[in-house]
Amino acid sequence: MKKFIEKFSIHAVLILVSLLSIFPFIWLISTSLKGAGENIFAYPPTIIPKDFTWANYTGVWHKVDFIGYFVNSMIVAGGTVFLNLILSAMAGYPLARMEFKGKKIAFFSILATIMIPFQAIMLPVYLITLKLHLVDSVNNFAGFIGMIMPFAVSAFGIFLMRQAFLGIPREMEEAAIVDGCSIWQLFTKVLMPMVKPSLAVLAIFTFIGSWGEFLWPSIVLTKESMYTLPVGVNNLQGMFSSNWRFIAAGSILATIPILIFFLAMQRYFISGENEGAVKG
Amino acid sequence: MFKYYGKYAPYLFLLPAGLVLLVFFFIPFFQTFFLSFFDYSASIYQPTFAGIENYVKLFQSPIFYKVLWNTFVYLFVAVPILAIFPLFIAILINQKIRGVTLYKILIYLPVIVSIVVAAIAFKWLYADQGILNFLVTSLGFQKIGWLTDPNWALYSVIIVTIWKGVGYYMIIYLAALMSVPKELYEACDIDGANFLTKHLTVTIPHIMPTIALVTTISAISAMKVFAEIYVMTKGGPLNSSKTIVYYIYERAFENLDLGYASAMAVVLLVIVMAFSLVNILCFEKNKYNL
Repeated sequence: MKKFIEKFSIHAVLILVSLLSIFPFIWLISTSLKGAGENIFAYPPTIIPKDFTWANYTGVWHKVDFIGYFVNSMIVAGGTVFLNLILSAMAGYPLARMEFKGKKIAFFSILATIMIPFQAIMLPVYLITLKLHLVDSVNNFAGFIGMIMPFAVSAFGIFLMRQAFLGIPREMEEAAIVDGCSIWQLFTKVLMPMVKPSLAVLAIFTFIGSWGEFLWPSIVLTKESMYTLPVGVNNLQGMFSSNWRFIAAGSILATIPILIFFLAMQRYFISGENEGAVKG
Repeated sequence: MFKYYGKYAPYLFLLPAGLVLLVFFFIPFFQTFFLSFFDYSASIYQPTFAGIENYVKLFQSPIFYKVLWNTFVYLFVAVPILAIFPLFIAILINQKIRGVTLYKILIYLPVIVSIVVAAIAFKWLYADQGILNFLVTSLGFQKIGWLTDPNWALYSVIIVTIWKGVGYYMIIYLAALMSVPKELYEACDIDGANFLTKHLTVTIPHIMPTIALVTTISAISAMKVFAEIYVMTKGGPLNSSKTIVYYIYERAFENLDLGYASAMAVVLLVIVMAFSLVNILCFEKNKYNL
């Protein structure tokens, strides 16, 4: 009996917390499905729409280029992931396996970047990006490069890959060299396939971070056609000022891709094996 | 072991990452200090050397103290809650119960959803005639100006940050809980210890390093909040919800007062670097094999 009460109260608390976690979205979904015939400020509020409609979704879909925002987000997140994988692996390898002059300096310089918040240096980063002509007023390609480059590599990624290379038995490398591999072949053909699990973790968390990034694109972007999803969603507020049905529908639409990604990859996030992997 | 790589190989491997870090981290880092000694207020194309004038202006400005105060309120409210509440949830999830994965997914959901969408969702909850005010008035209280009352705005924004962080720290705690020896709990059960004493005497002492880690990383991220404020209040009303990063953004990109904004950024750098140093030296030593 005591066991039962204990289990019951644990479930009660967890259900409550789960509900609190998703309620803001439920309420947004509810609002997005209410037609013009229903007062969205009605007291008492109703969760299940009385005047059910998809019209807000079709309406906002026709006025806002979600496909364009989605493609832009994919380009930026895809490019950021691609560069992070290559640059982190390349930098992590010598830190794990090679002896060279200045190794300590390289190691601590990279570690130091962890302590530098982007928010504190964003102004000079912006000035440098302007100087390098990596902004969308030059052309779209430059704009994308400018959105990607400041996040093309991170100390987190380098240390993650260094750790992965440290875990490979040295005999693997010796055997490959004896077989006549060059160092570059050894790295790309032998070692990279062996650190795939770490590359996957790095890819997933870099993707999530880049996909949600808001501050940097909202600083550098000037053209609406270059907007990523977070910037586009924020812009809904200005476009539809107080039309909360449209704002709600647009926000939900913009969330669907990352929701699918999360559900497909959930074990990476909630298993606890990759604790602390997302940047705060 | 024989040396199988050329003299320059390590440098070539490090070069691409090194270049990116140089251009987008180290140069901007030093440039932040440099810019803070120049005055851009007359023209952003022809700055004049200003010495420590920006710092003097900063330390004489009441808004600076307001912003600093708001940031520390953010820390003092959000950090203890984010250090304790997710631990409580993690302990509950760690009991042998059904539906653990579903609970984890639902509670983690706010972490992966864009902060912009989260802030919009809360803005809607906080609306003047919104659902929260319905709850408040039906309990017999006056309506609250969640985002429009200077006494409330900052706390309303903090709630969003907390709500979005719980799942993240819960997962960190769950990983730590796996390392607590099961025998200790069994011993507690034999002694007939209740839920509270069990966790106060066994769990908490065992995962103290993780609690400390969560405290510092949540403090660092509380120092950096921006999007919540940008989307919900723009720092208002009357600067009541303006924090350091938002203030830097406003001065740099809206007022184009680059020198002043940089002086502010130096203050942020000093505070965050102090926190990070504590974090790395005390809690994440193993992660980097120091």
